[in-house]
Amino acid sequence: METKSKTTNTEKVISIRNVEKSFGEYQVLKGADLDLYKGENLVVLGRSGTGKSVLIKIISGLLTQDAGSVTVLGKEVNELNAKELLELRLRIGFSFQSSALYDSMTIKQNLEFPLIRNKKNLSKGEIDNAVETVLDAVGLMQTLNQMPSELSGGQKKRIGIARTLILQPEIMLYDEPTAGLDPITCLEINRLINEVQERYKTSSIIITHDLTCAKEVGNRIAMLLDGQFQRAGTFDEVFDTDDQRVTPFFEYNFIQ
Amino acid sequence: MFLELYRVHLFIIKFFKEAFTPPFEGKEILKQCYQVGYKSLALISLTGFITGIVFAKQSRPSLAEFGATSWLPSLVGIALFRTLAPLLTALISAGKVGSSIGAELGSMKVTEQIEAMEVSATNPFSYLVVTRVLATTITLPILTFYTAFVGLLGAFLNVTLSESSSFSAFVQSFLESITFLDVIASTLKAIIFGFTIGLVGCYQGFNSSKGTEGVGKAANSAVVIGMFLVFMEEVIATQITFMFRT
Repeated sequence: METKSKTTNTEKVISIRNVEKSFGEYQVLKGADLDLYKGENLVVLGRSGTGKSVLIKIISGLLTQDAGSVTVLGKEVNELNAKELLELRLRIGFSFQSSALYDSMTIKQNLEFPLIRNKKNLSKGEIDNAVETVLDAVGLMQTLNQMPSELSGGQKKRIGIARTLILQPEIMLYDEPTAGLDPITCLEINRLINEVQERYKTSSIIITHDLTCAKEVGNRIAMLLDGQFQRAGTFDEVFDTDDQRVTPFFEYNFIQ
Repeated sequence: MFLELYRVHLFIIKFFKEAFTPPFEGKEILKQCYQVGYKSLALISLTGFITGIVFAKQSRPSLAEFGATSWLPSLVGIALFRTLAPLLTALISAGKVGSSIGAELGSMKVTEQIEAMEVSATNPFSYLVVTRVLATTITLPILTFYTAFVGLLGAFLNVTLSESSSFSAFVQSFLESITFLDVIASTLKAIIFGFTIGLVGCYQGFNSSKGTEGVGKAANSAVVIGMFLVFMEEVIATQITFMFRT
């Protein structure tokens, strides 16, 4: 399997500086610094409970950091008012670990929902076209009138990604896209993430602890250790180390 | 306890702020009104009808002792309109609609659907909470009048089985017993009950903790707290109405 190379673009779309976040007395992020460059897939690796998901929830404004700054597409997230935050969110796609499909709606209604809510000038035909385009992009055209409960875990993930793509975001945030899936479906999801990057020209942060996924989709890898980003670079650069906090991670995944 | 009351207070303030802030969710409110009415209608029809029959059946012997059976429509009218219809409708709605709202929003919270809505640039409070609370507030008065009407039919059925009676005369006597104050008081009570049931259901669901246990707890709390508050409001409303009557 070939590892991806770094992108050459130096324009930052997300800039995280010295971010801290605690839940009660437990400090999850202890001064995290990270940049996402335009057009790249950045994989954030780390053990469970190290604050990876917290980080992308802070980026999308679902959580607020205790200290530090998060700048997304030139805007300081926690300084935005409600309207500005909604406008920013139109430019960010968030794929949830649980897929988070609206279970009372069909797949078509799930996909239409963000468009109907946010692009009120679109005609029914334009909405239908947009739905078909994203469903085609994730290869699940046949599920159009199905309910989420009728889909497999992998299909739900792909529909979740399609729902975020329908607003044509500039940034994609993937929370554990391959968690709980079989190896073949994992490969399909990895392929889809790469296709999204190429077709929609997105810049993405992919949260995972799946090294195959990291190797296949990441232009850069950043390792979150002890609440801070300790190592960042290409896959080979990150894992070419004797750091005892990193090597067990690699060995475990290798055995898996 | 005080922290919870403070949170409820913030939730109510947020409701009024969002309710008057565009975009207004007219279509979704109508959809929820239909849901609330549809969910409760069968049970309300049955309960209201049986209550009318039983109330007329139980009251008739006592009135007969004084030779006052002709007062039966008035008695049924006053009892149904002032208390039974609003209270029955509210209790059934708390059980059917309140629990359903609590479970639905709780389940959406647990499965990250509310967060998904938020990141899709949709205000979940406005879309999920405001619409449901307004729907119960609008629908409860309509259902209350419907319960009173169905109760009247039940009472008439009971009367007409034991003696020949004209429906129009029964209805006329029923309507003559009801004052304008009764109509206003019952409508206001139903609005307050509807608001309470919707708000409690939404609060419990929207703030449910993670996990399936949280969903069950949200549904259960929505019913228990909703019913308790409805009874408390009934006592207060009755006291206030009597102040106006005297």
